[in-house]
Amino acid sequence: MTCENYRDLMMGYLDDELTAEQKKAFEAHLAGCSHCRAELESFIKLKTITDDVALLEPEDKLWENYWGNIYNRLERGVGWILFGISAILLLIYGGFKMIEEIIRDPALGLGLKIGLLALIAGLAILLVSLVRERLYFRSRDRYKDVRR
Amino acid sequence: MQICTYDNEEHLLENCRKGSRDAFEVLVKRHMKDAYRIAAGLVGNSDDALELSQEAFYRAFRNIRHLNPQSKFFPWFYQILKNLCFSHLRKRRLRRTSALPQIDGEDLTAADGDGFDPHLVVERNESKDQVWKAIGRLSPKHREVIILRHFRDMSYEQMAEALFCSTGTVMSRLYHARKKLKETLECAKGGHVYDL
Repeated sequence: MTCENYRDLMMGYLDDELTAEQKKAFEAHLAGCSHCRAELESFIKLKTITDDVALLEPEDKLWENYWGNIYNRLERGVGWILFGISAILLLIYGGFKMIEEIIRDPALGLGLKIGLLALIAGLAILLVSLVRERLYFRSRDRYKDVRR
Repeated sequence: MQICTYDNEEHLLENCRKGSRDAFEVLVKRHMKDAYRIAAGLVGNSDDALELSQEAFYRAFRNIRHLNPQSKFFPWFYQILKNLCFSHLRKRRLRRTSALPQIDGEDLTAADGDGFDPHLVVERNESKDQVWKAIGRLSPKHREVIILRHFRDMSYEQMAEALFCSTGTVMSRLYHARKKLKETLECAKGGHVYDL
């Protein structure tokens, strides 16, 4: 086996994560390889340096408010869903009513009727297209494919 | 009155799947510190870490029904958190590269430690700042293993579980990450602080 085969074991040796058998094999290689001994030495120095760096602990207040902030998000999420569904239903209902009124209104000329209906049809197409786009990207949402 | 202690994670997850916010609160309180610290290590900023870890919990609750009943919560949750943090880093890099002029192709984001805030480090000094910045200059994949091992003190087995790989792969990733960190420190601007 070459040094390359032992370099992964070097990490396990450094972090004391090897089995007794792996440790024995690595130490046997180390005894006859000055290159790996030097590399291990430099990794030991690096570990000492990185172990010396610690992150600041946040104030207790942060932990006290932590769940509250998540709860608010959950609550607002439900609110937005209900708002979205009802808005879509009202828009569809209003759209149909408007089309009905336009067609039945004898005061409106044919040209104006066609123009207004085309405007409503255009808005409906844009809305459907936006919803379709959202659904398309949602189906490719990276979080849907999170390995479980 | 029925007393629910939720000592068992399986029981806790079962209730979360049914939509129990009380059960999810227990789960959040159990893992919030780890989530915040990992996010802080990955993005290098306490405000972003707080926001991202809370958003990860929110998304986890929304998708918890997809979690396999036999699976553990934290490795699954970690994937959500990690993806959010990496996505945040990509956006931050894009914002910076579009805001700052490129000088002869120099990677400005890599040069400034990828936005790593030195105030997050305890008992700051020049050496510690250098190390923290060098960690910030690592690629997200390399940074991830350094953070999990050095700042969360995870065993190789726990890391393998969180990264969905073997312990052999964990050792290999650690080797490359530490080698890169060593090289970055050796070439740190402002002289050789470390002789490795």
